[in-house]
Amino acid sequence: MKIRVNGVDQTLDDNVDPDMPLLWAIRDLLGLTGTKYGCGEALCGSCTVHLDGHAVRSCVTPVRRASGRSVVTIEGLSKDGNHPVQKAWLALRVPQCGFCQSGQIMSAAALLAARPRPTDDEIDTSMAGNLCRCGTYPRIRAAIRKAAGLPEDAT
Amino acid sequence: MVGAMQRTLGVCAAIAVHACGGSSPPAPLPPLRPVAANELRAPADFASIADRTQRSRSLFLEASRVLMHPRCVNCHPAGDVPHQGMQMMLHDPPVVRGPEDAGVVGMECLTCHQDRNQPLTRVPGAPGWHLAPIEMAWVGKTAAYICNQIKDPARNGGKTLAQIVEHNAHDELVGWGWKPGADREPAPGTQAQFGAIVAAWVETGAACPEENKQ
Repeated sequence: MKIRVNGVDQTLDDNVDPDMPLLWAIRDLLGLTGTKYGCGEALCGSCTVHLDGHAVRSCVTPVRRASGRSVVTIEGLSKDGNHPVQKAWLALRVPQCGFCQSGQIMSAAALLAARPRPTDDEIDTSMAGNLCRCGTYPRIRAAIRKAAGLPEDAT
Repeated sequence: MVGAMQRTLGVCAAIAVHACGGSSPPAPLPPLRPVAANELRAPADFASIADRTQRSRSLFLEASRVLMHPRCVNCHPAGDVPHQGMQMMLHDPPVVRGPEDAGVVGMECLTCHQDRNQPLTRVPGAPGWHLAPIEMAWVGKTAAYICNQIKDPARNGGKTLAQIVEHNAHDELVGWGWKPGADREPAPGTQAQFGAIVAAWVETGAACPEENKQ
């Protein structure tokens, strides 16, 4: 099975179960541990990656769905952490414990790729599936607005 | 207990289609064969209803036992949020229908749902997982309303009745209703039986139950 991950073509062993969660392949087979295992049931969003540009929950996505397609993880979002979302995250010191943040950033990046200047409603509905037990939601929303070039305060 | 419930189902279905107007009261419809809640009757079970229109209405009411089952109606919400479970709770995680009835960026249906059920995580899936458009909302609607909606090309995706039959009999997303995975209760009967009922309804004139007679 061939998958392009962060711009690099990867070939998985023939004995890889095609129903293996994509998250397992990313973390255990390819060693990209920035993507986190949270709930394992697509309920928390911490495992979010991009599949052909669309945000997916890698914990419930079988690796066969990614065959022949392009996956981007937090490690591949930018070369040196200079994606606008990452820069806004740092500027506003969004993370607290940080466990959910790679998923938050990947969802936010997908949102801004499709909606460069999202409304607050669009931010809320697109980010509704990314949970943060530390409750950093106000900073997450402000950082998305900052990355979009919008005032950080809600309108 | 089960027997009494089955008899009640049969009697209710017969009573439900007493819909003729006119000066003289209509003759009572013959009782239908009792079936369990998870079974569907066959078109032949309606042969005892002599009047073609009454038979057609009765066939649609049988079909509505599928259409109004939570497995089907949960993704025909009257608002922007799908339902889930037999209790028809609002979908969790909180998703919205979005401009194309497939969620919004970051929270698309396909962000989580795959082309088949996921046994380990219990996340349901089927090809083309998406919500029915708002004009096809069924939650809170009567069988009469749903019947008229299904027949209306402006509210059924531009389908002919023949296409409605085909859709119900063979569409894979419709078929998920009978293969819901995990511990979910399937819709009554089978997709083939449902398709046969819908086909018989169309063949008998696609009559709809009257709004106040259900």
